[in-house]
Amino acid sequence: MRVRAFFSSALTALWLAALATATAPFAHAADIPDPAADAKAFRDYFVKKFPKLKLDEFVNGPYSMDEDMRRQWEEKEQFPPYEFALEAGKEMFSTPFKNGKSYADCFANGGIGVRQDYPAFDVKEGKVITLELALNRCREANGEAPYSYVKDEMASLTAYMAFTSRGKPFDIKIPDDPRAREAYQEGKRYFYTRRGQLNFSCATCHVQSPGERIRAEILAPGLGILNAMPIYRSEWSGMGTISRRFTTCNSQIRGVPLEPQSDEYRNLEYYLSYMSNGLPISGPGARP
Amino acid sequence: MASTIRVRAISSGDITEVQALIQHPMDSGYVKDAQGQAIPPHFIQQLTFEYDGKAVLVADWGPAVSKDPYVKFSFKGAKKGDELKVSWVDNTGSSDATTAKIQ
Amino acid sequence: MSRTTRTIAIAAAAFAAALTPARAASEADFKTAYAAADTAEKEAGALRNQWTTTEAALATARKAAEAGNFDQAVAQAKEAEALARASIFQATSEKEAWKALEIK
Repeated sequence: MRVRAFFSSALTALWLAALATATAPFAHAADIPDPAADAKAFRDYFVKKFPKLKLDEFVNGPYSMDEDMRRQWEEKEQFPPYEFALEAGKEMFSTPFKNGKSYADCFANGGIGVRQDYPAFDVKEGKVITLELALNRCREANGEAPYSYVKDEMASLTAYMAFTSRGKPFDIKIPDDPRAREAYQEGKRYFYTRRGQLNFSCATCHVQSPGERIRAEILAPGLGILNAMPIYRSEWSGMGTISRRFTTCNSQIRGVPLEPQSDEYRNLEYYLSYMSNGLPISGPGARP
Repeated sequence: MASTIRVRAISSGDITEVQALIQHPMDSGYVKDAQGQAIPPHFIQQLTFEYDGKAVLVADWGPAVSKDPYVKFSFKGAKKGDELKVSWVDNTGSSDATTAKIQ
Repeated sequence: MSRTTRTIAIAAAAFAAALTPARAASEADFKTAYAAADTAEKEAGALRNQWTTTEAALATARKAAEAGNFDQAVAQAKEAEALARASIFQATSEKEAWKALEIK
């Protein structure tokens, strides 16, 4: 049958090509990632694309791209829709666990004003730890059931923690460890890899088309894209975490989402956050 | 229990600008839950802003208004220090009210 | 109609004819087609690159088979296999192709 035959032969050809070029990571000196150079190139790209925009403005996503949307957003910020989630988050954060301990015991500085340090690379574990992951590990270490990464409780908690870091610049570190550099590189690869039946990569929208429309939405630039998280999205009529956004982005381009906080998403968050080092945390945020 | 109504009223000359954010699910009754069951309608039917015993804005709402509605409007005749009363009633008979001082 | 349109129309008709089985499909036909689709989708899963439309086609195939409509079930299973193979193609070619999008 025509369709099958085409894919079989094309597939075989590609498999052979792929096998021929497969190499171990960083087999060549040119392959060793230079995150600092990448971040500078990333920033320069967006600054050049939007020369009138102040660097810090990029954290406002679509509102930095469109005058009319910005005006509406500024009005709403006087009574922001995330206010209820933020209050709920503050209360949750301050309520002790059944064993008497609290979230403050799991974080530096009692968890206040630390959001900008996440994700962090854990050299003991050899993996990236995001804020959401750290919060659930804190719960489990203290005998509490973990929260869903895509529902209201995690959104409220991260909203509060983001709020305590408002204005602080992202300060993501990549330790001198090949595993950390690989995690960073994997995150970068994920960002640029096309996926889903619609064949989009994150870059297709957020590097190639910021400020342009996809259906009725105006696309945010990749620079500063996580700084406002978690966000109250009008589309969701509710608050959503980074995990929620990653998984829904995947399904929107007809890709089956991976498990929240799977390695790929943790590495992606690591890469994106590092790209925005120096830009202020503005979360919790609101988006259309 | 904390009020569901956040309100801020600022007067400038003769005009008072009012903003309010109300915490309410505003379920239309048409949305289904994960089990396929319709979530019952639960929405504000009437929202009233009163100044000096008279209604300055009455909103007749229905299922088309989204969750946690935000309202902004202006009216004449009030001044700083006066009181503005905000109240709502929903289709289940629940209600809430609050009073704010005009700034 | 124009020559191009006519060519496309003929090609489309031929394509559709190629997709239509000559006889009614049996449950055995469905099982074979579904197994092939399922294997391909699992391979896509190992590459962490499955498509929602593949999953939907597999589900439609299963439902059609349950209702005894094996013609539709086989057609959907073959569609699912094609989609799964396309997603494998995507994952494999993107292993190098992603670099073309990278900001340098």
